[in-house]
Amino acid sequence: MTIDWSQFTPWASLAGGALIGLAAAMLLLLSGRIAGISGIVGGLLVPRSGDIGWRVAFIGGLLLAPAAMAFYPVSPRIDAGFGTLALAGVLVGAGTSYGSGCTSGHGVCGLSRLSPRSLVATAAFIAAGIATVFIARHLG
Amino acid sequence: MNIVAALAAGLVFGIGLILSGMTDPGKVIGFLDVAGRWDPSLALVMGGAVVVGFFAFRLAGRRGTTFLGGGLHLPQRRDIDLRLVGGSLLFGIGWGLAGFCPGPALVSLASGQQPAAVFVAAMLGGMLLYHAAERGFRGSGDRPKR
Repeated sequence: MTIDWSQFTPWASLAGGALIGLAAAMLLLLSGRIAGISGIVGGLLVPRSGDIGWRVAFIGGLLLAPAAMAFYPVSPRIDAGFGTLALAGVLVGAGTSYGSGCTSGHGVCGLSRLSPRSLVATAAFIAAGIATVFIARHLG
Repeated sequence: MNIVAALAAGLVFGIGLILSGMTDPGKVIGFLDVAGRWDPSLALVMGGAVVVGFFAFRLAGRRGTTFLGGGLHLPQRRDIDLRLVGGSLLFGIGWGLAGFCPGPALVSLASGQQPAAVFVAAMLGGMLLYHAAERGFRGSGDRPKR
């Protein structure tokens, strides 16, 4: 294993992670909800009355973030072509629906509340992600 | 009040995603590429989030209600089944292919990244596929959804 020190951003990542945890804490302690993005979005696809407003507001806040961070330089590297992006999107949408959560719901909130279900889910998606990148980058 | 809190939480969440590097698919794939030149940054994202989250959930558990007096809506399921593991594996494959997971994809869409728009449209399609399949398997659906 070689660590890529040139890309390693410990302080920004730690601070960003703490903000993500703070946001999850805010949604939990003020709205009583789990900050799981796939679940929040999925709940809007089959809307139930009385369960819409907080979801729309949270997603709205999320979508405002790039404007609030306009001063912060980011240069995302997106290598996947449109076909790969479409396939990946379907897998992520269906997979998080069947698995009841994604990186935020299981990886942040679930691990924070020491949920065995989330620990298993997080181990599974990280392992699958590592295997996929290994096949694509080193066997392809 | 609830709505304002959710909006603020979403904004802080998105700022955290941008600051942490999660909205850069190259960085995400660099984290998953443990056999290549590995970028461990995202382990710190998760670590930082979970440490803060841990205390929040402990506090919420002790209080039993929110600070605005509302109820807590927490997942009740404890079973580990094929859907949980299989679904998470599918999610991980998609995550590794594109480097996007749902939150960062939405933020990237809002920052005008065209590839993120393709990903998000397909992701919503995948979620709708799930709902259609569930309706198909369960008939009119007397079982409450999550």
